[in-house]
Amino acid sequence: MGELVLAATALTRGRVTGEVLRSAVPISFWGGVGTDGVVVDAHHPLRGRSLSGRVLAMVSGRGSSSSSSVIAELLRTGQGPCAIVLAHPDPIIALGAIVADELYAIATPVVVVPEADLVLLTGTVTVTSNPDAGTATVTRVSSS
Amino acid sequence: MPPLVLTDEEQDLLTGGAGQGVAMAMRVVTALARVRGADRLVEVSGAHVDSCLYHGRAGLDFARRLLDLGAAVRVPTTLNVGSLDLLHPGTVHEDASHPGVLTGGRELMDVYAALGARATWTCAPYQVGARPGLGEHVAWAESNAIVFANSVLGARTDRYGDFLDISAAVTGRAPLAGLHLDAERLGSVVIDLSAVSPTRLHEEMWWGVLGHLVGEVAAGGVPVLVGAGENAGEDALKALGAAAASSGSVGMFHVVGRTPEAPDLASCSRAGSPVTVVTDADLDVVRRRLTTAQGTRLEAVSLGTPHASLGEIQRLAAVLASAGGAVHPGVDAVVSTSRGVLALAREAGLAATVEAGGFRFVVDTCTYVTPVLAPTVRVAMTTSGKWAHYAPGNIGVDVVLGTVGECVTSAVAGRVVLDG
Repeated sequence: MGELVLAATALTRGRVTGEVLRSAVPISFWGGVGTDGVVVDAHHPLRGRSLSGRVLAMVSGRGSSSSSSVIAELLRTGQGPCAIVLAHPDPIIALGAIVADELYAIATPVVVVPEADLVLLTGTVTVTSNPDAGTATVTRVSSS
Repeated sequence: MPPLVLTDEEQDLLTGGAGQGVAMAMRVVTALARVRGADRLVEVSGAHVDSCLYHGRAGLDFARRLLDLGAAVRVPTTLNVGSLDLLHPGTVHEDASHPGVLTGGRELMDVYAALGARATWTCAPYQVGARPGLGEHVAWAESNAIVFANSVLGARTDRYGDFLDISAAVTGRAPLAGLHLDAERLGSVVIDLSAVSPTRLHEEMWWGVLGHLVGEVAAGGVPVLVGAGENAGEDALKALGAAAASSGSVGMFHVVGRTPEAPDLASCSRAGSPVTVVTDADLDVVRRRLTTAQGTRLEAVSLGTPHASLGEIQRLAAVLASAGGAVHPGVDAVVSTSRGVLALAREAGLAATVEAGGFRFVVDTCTYVTPVLAPTVRVAMTTSGKWAHYAPGNIGVDVVLGTVGECVTSAVAGRVVLDG
């Protein structure tokens, strides 16, 4: 695999490197993810998989606005994803990351890439995001 | 994206001119404004806050930090349901999926009251006097309240949720985006109801079923209902909006000839919007889909999602009085409402009738977000399309959707009894 650098839109700030977990179906954090970061939604294809420390890639979020609180709580306890790459800006997901940063100085980058680029995300990537400067990139650092 | 431009006053709020608590809330509002692509903020005249429901330590830390930094609400603010029924201690029990709900839930409710919000504890603030007028900008959270404010009252709120709601209340500002804007309020999907039997539209259960279907068809857009509903009451529109919001994230609907921005189809919708015709058979399919239980087993009946209005309690009292008996001892029959509406129902003598018939009132909270029903309950009956949508996943019960008449008949019989 060659080098992959995707231009992205920055929603929340941060710079992390982690292994990609791609979800073909949007995840609802409220009711869909347990306090340990494991997907519990019985109908979700990733049921039983842990989001902890992963770069979660999916088209969008889903469901209740209470998900903001659930995400902030997962980030506080260190059980949440380390970055989230979306195809559509999701204010509910972004708010969870904004608040975890505000309260605990845990900077979790949430970025948006074109939907067609989501499938390119595999292996381990570095996500860099700076909303103040309006810059964000997703760079593949290893393909496995 | 266009840059976010703040007024001098907003810049002052952001940099601590009104205290560090307001500055913190302003950071949240402006961060979300950038996410939404807003180029400025809008002043809001009121807020409805849903962040008072306990989901863990982070939510409590956020509210506590605002309070410790000296923040208070700047605009009249109502509070959504909390995790506990403060008037009836012992109603909520702690379970494995809701750790810390008794202590954390209580502390969170106390902090929100201390921030200066009205202790309304209801998902239906529009039933206890919070009724912003046509064109008035507000920041409301809770999906059914949002859709009611936009659609039935003609007020303007985007679909807000946790953290942003209280931040807007503390700053008096929200991002100028989404349903605050004229263009976003235009209908994008037309739902033709002219084939639905008029008698069905006298039952709120069918409005919830219709709402669930409308949400699926509209999928995040703005549905416009035509062909019926010109005389729909607020309880019917409440059931419609609540179910559409939960099945399809609908933040606004129009009913042509009924809701304030829909005098006719042309003025409230985009030209060329697709039309879906709904029939009785379509509604039957959705009702069956929302009914997850088989057989006649029944251990609970849950009414009042969203919170029951005085009119709904009046109807329940009348149905119970004519049922010729009280609720079966094997059935836990609950009606959820606000403490404000319950006080009115007590004054009117309706609450006594409902309780004599074997129902109990739950206030300040809701039976699908917090453990209220006994852990042994496997099958519950409801009139609510929204409750039917959430309860199986949230509290692990199977659901039978029925009219209020069917719910009462079944509660008295101790088993599911459906008409016809």
